[in-house]
Amino acid sequence: MPDSLTRAVRWDTVVGALLVVVLLLSFTTVDGFGNALNLSFLIGNTLPIALIALPMTLLVVSGEIDLSVASTAGLSGAVMGALWNQGMAIETIIPVCLLIGVVCGLVNGLLVTRLGLPSLAVTIGTLAAYRGIAQIVLGSDAVTDFPSAYLDFAAGRIGDTFVPYAFLPFLVLLAIAVVALHATPFGRSLFAIGAGEEAARFAGIRVKRQKLILFTVTGLMSALTGVFWALHYASARYDNATGLELSVVAAVLLGGIDFDGGKGTLGGAIAGVFLLGALQNVMSLRDVTAQSQIVVTGVLLVLSVLGPRVARQIAAARAGRRAAAPPPPDRKTPAPTS
Amino acid sequence: MTHPSDTGPAPVLALKGISKSFGAVRALRDVSLELFPGEVHALAGENGAGKSTLIKTLAGVHRPDAGQVLLDGAPVVFHGPGDARDAGIAVIYQEPTLFPDLSMAENIFMGRQPRRALRRIDHRATRDATTALMKRLGVELDPDRPARGLSIADQQIVEIAKALSFDARVLIMDEPTAALTNSEVARLFGVVRALRDQGAVVLFVSHRLEEIFEICRRVTTLRDGAWIASEPLDGMTEDDLVRRMVGRDLAELYPKQDVTPGETALSVRRLSREGVFTDVSFEVRRGEIVGLAGLVGAGRTEVARAVFGIDRRDAGEVEVDGRRLTNGSPSTAMAAGLALVPEDRRAQGLVMDMSIERNIGLTGLGVTVRAGLMDRGAERRRSLDWAVKLRVKYARIADTVNTLSGGNQQKVVLAKWLATRPKVLIVDEPTRGIDVGTKAEVHRLLSQLAADGVAVLMISSDLPEVLGMADRVLVMHEGRLTAEIPRSDATEETVMAAATGRAA
Repeated sequence: MPDSLTRAVRWDTVVGALLVVVLLLSFTTVDGFGNALNLSFLIGNTLPIALIALPMTLLVVSGEIDLSVASTAGLSGAVMGALWNQGMAIETIIPVCLLIGVVCGLVNGLLVTRLGLPSLAVTIGTLAAYRGIAQIVLGSDAVTDFPSAYLDFAAGRIGDTFVPYAFLPFLVLLAIAVVALHATPFGRSLFAIGAGEEAARFAGIRVKRQKLILFTVTGLMSALTGVFWALHYASARYDNATGLELSVVAAVLLGGIDFDGGKGTLGGAIAGVFLLGALQNVMSLRDVTAQSQIVVTGVLLVLSVLGPRVARQIAAARAGRRAAAPPPPDRKTPAPTS
Repeated sequence: MTHPSDTGPAPVLALKGISKSFGAVRALRDVSLELFPGEVHALAGENGAGKSTLIKTLAGVHRPDAGQVLLDGAPVVFHGPGDARDAGIAVIYQEPTLFPDLSMAENIFMGRQPRRALRRIDHRATRDATTALMKRLGVELDPDRPARGLSIADQQIVEIAKALSFDARVLIMDEPTAALTNSEVARLFGVVRALRDQGAVVLFVSHRLEEIFEICRRVTTLRDGAWIASEPLDGMTEDDLVRRMVGRDLAELYPKQDVTPGETALSVRRLSREGVFTDVSFEVRRGEIVGLAGLVGAGRTEVARAVFGIDRRDAGEVEVDGRRLTNGSPSTAMAAGLALVPEDRRAQGLVMDMSIERNIGLTGLGVTVRAGLMDRGAERRRSLDWAVKLRVKYARIADTVNTLSGGNQQKVVLAKWLATRPKVLIVDEPTRGIDVGTKAEVHRLLSQLAADGVAVLMISSDLPEVLGMADRVLVMHEGRLTAEIPRSDATEETVMAAATGRAA
């Protein structure tokens, strides 16, 4: 069996099943969970995580990561507020915000691909830098008076259903991301880069260009999320979406995307996103404080890195008992007693 | 505790009727082996013949399902590598695992350094003990030198010294020479001879037959997990040994066909990369196999990388079929009809965690596409087609390549590149670490490709291979092309003279 495949499938299934279980339990045991309004809140509040999780999944598959996404979203929101205060038209402001996201992503991408710096370090740096710029741009203002048509779109739902308006464009973006990762040569090359960057380069894959594209798209999507966030919560502040990168990374890893790259599916990642979203929703309904929710998210992050690894070791131990070629002995450690 | 004693000296270590299965795979079947003091004993066999399992059984990693291990005539059971080590059996692997930042002395005595008062490490005693070990091995190496920067041969010598410090009496060397240059091999063999003369037993595994004949006294051959023969090498020929290993007459190891070269396919002019190689110019014509020889570090691989565009060139030009290649762009090189089978199969040639199908598919991402999307049917047909053409042995095309033997992995790399239908094929160490049978297949393939009009540039440290396969031999020394020798004049002497910088 191609065990990378079975492993991914197995983990996808686990997360998908877990999502179903959590939803069923919540429907039956949590008051106020199952009504359409709450479900639309659940989806709406999860959308920022989901939007950024799309490019983040591709990025992690290719062996990189971007931790500056929440700061980019915050910067995008801050610029939106500042320009609105100056009287610019919202139709002009939004493209400008998206452009800023592209620039933020490009900066990350160039630092990683041209200077060969590790993306973890680069984007921790820009996490601080972009948030700082956001504060310089908007100070401690909160801008709330955006046009009501936009606010209604970002916060409203279709009739009395549980479907927020904004969910529809997300579905389109999701479809694009799924096709890009799983059905195009580009997506195939990302898996190759993540699983063996040097071999990918020797196969003529333009590794640096692909990564630059990914960082740029991640910046763009983060900025879009920043715009959505400001409209959805009707508040543009410099500290919007603070800590969102934690949720995104936790959800993506929870969804079975291997932190070392080369493995995972977008389906798994999105299941991870909505699993996290559902848990956060339930915790809010149960009056769990925001601080405690962060603790839960952090623990989930650790578990989601640990889970697949433990599963793999169990699988490897099983395979080792069945098949030949166990790993070479470690001559530096004392003999294991068998 | 008795055993049937032979005449003559008693074996230090013996295996009697060892069998070992992994699931349905019978890796070893009733294998016996006797190692006598003061002997270097070769263990021969193709990949998958059971050599590794046998070594791991001796090293205490595997426990045999049946049979006995006898040490000085007494049966022993190893519960783990530590037991084997305590019994005086040490394994030296192909790639040493030293701590690069520690000195040789520290590496040798890691975790058991001589102590002074207050449990402080006695550096002087450590150093002196290391010097004594080096003297025993007949080499001069500074005990304070960090392991980083030691040649692989010297690193192996450090591993041997470490084994001796554990009072090892049986040294098992698993393909120690695979990554060594000829002069390094000579250095390592000097040490092996010194050990042998002191009465140690060495079990030596190598794919290079000439080395077996050079250093070993007897040979035990395995095939498909079964013992074939244990016999003195005296009076045997390489052909005899190959026949034992393969079980049939090998058509010929170097089946070079005569061809009349066509027009120039690859033209490299004044190629330079600062500090790596300088002013390298050569041409390869259609139908030709050109060998590129030289010592490891002479810059051969680096030239290939720059030609293909993995590294940027600082000066010079490369043309494939009359098309100038963009600097530093493997994708344009591929489009022009260039293919490179790289030196490091596991890191550069393959994505080890990906399937055979997708590894071969990687070079066809621009081809197996319909309306911008992957055409999985076309990808599978292309991969299957080439895997079958190259006779890759696999269970399923969707299996990951790390389930394959080294020889079959190399065939997948070749399949991946031949599927691009290259006009120029560069192969870098195409048969390193693969068994004799597969090696002959690769040679036959290269010869056939050349006959079909492909221009082949073959980098190889295996001199018989270069001499046997190449129409012309280019030789590099310290970053420069020092000689071009036609097939008729190419001998080990002329090539080595140019490779070592002696006047050709």
